[in-house]
Amino acid sequence: MDIRSAAEPTTTMNRTTIERTSEQELVVTRTIDGPRDVVFEAWTDADLFRQWWVPKSLGVKLLTCEIDARVGGGYRLTFDTGTAEPMAFFGRYLEVTPPTRLVWTNEEGDEDAVVTTVTFESHGGGTRLVVHDHYPSKEALDAAMASGATSWNPETFDQLDELLQQLGERG
Amino acid sequence: MVQYPSGRLDASFAALSDATRRGVLERLGRGDASISALAETFHMTLTGMRKHVGVLEHAELVTTEKVGRVRTCRLGPRRLEDETAWIEQQRRLWDARFDVLEQVVAERRWKERNDGHPKRS
Repeated sequence: MDIRSAAEPTTTMNRTTIERTSEQELVVTRTIDGPRDVVFEAWTDADLFRQWWVPKSLGVKLLTCEIDARVGGGYRLTFDTGTAEPMAFFGRYLEVTPPTRLVWTNEEGDEDAVVTTVTFESHGGGTRLVVHDHYPSKEALDAAMASGATSWNPETFDQLDELLQQLGERG
Repeated sequence: MVQYPSGRLDASFAALSDATRRGVLERLGRGDASISALAETFHMTLTGMRKHVGVLEHAELVTTEKVGRVRTCRLGPRRLEDETAWIEQQRRLWDARFDVLEQVVAERRWKERNDGHPKRS
């Protein structure tokens, strides 16, 4: 099964690629313009990190961002998603090797943690980033994909109902 | 890229416009089931359920396989397209993120250069 993104890597160096490389792994790559030490700093300094981690297109607001990028140190991000309680994402750093490698856990889920590894590689004048998410099991990654996809839940059908109604009215 | 022939989209909409068929998809999302089990769950005759499953099968939302005397239904290939959509959604998120990261890095360098060397390069 080839589920590589429809947008294949092109000759442009700054394309973002994403691929499910195995049953438990998802890998994102991108080459950023800028030297490796500065790029690394942008991942470990809370003031810099909060400027880019939540793009406007995501439609949520980052409320707080705490980062203690040391082995055993933690991070905690909270978001306003429009619900009563802010949503929190948190975990621990397992490895911090400036300016080449960062490993952290994602502990907000119910199940075993997803472990994220980011490597920073000098590439021409830029920095090649490889973000590697390791899921605890095939089922965990399948579930993540299914939850984000158009799953067959009542809300989906409500939206579909509206759409069908609109189409009907127009016709 | 996945192509959507318009006939197939029509088939999907037709398939999903029925409450029982939506129920069948929800049920199959939790696990495969035989036509007779589905008929029982939805209080229908076997013939009635076969028709519904036929419509879903035509829209590729469900596939069926006959083993012995039992026809088992499971969610069809359209699910893969959902996964592809999820992957693409993730790619766009990271792409947007990295675009801003690039700006943050550029601003940082500019600042460092200015702080370190009064002469701008």
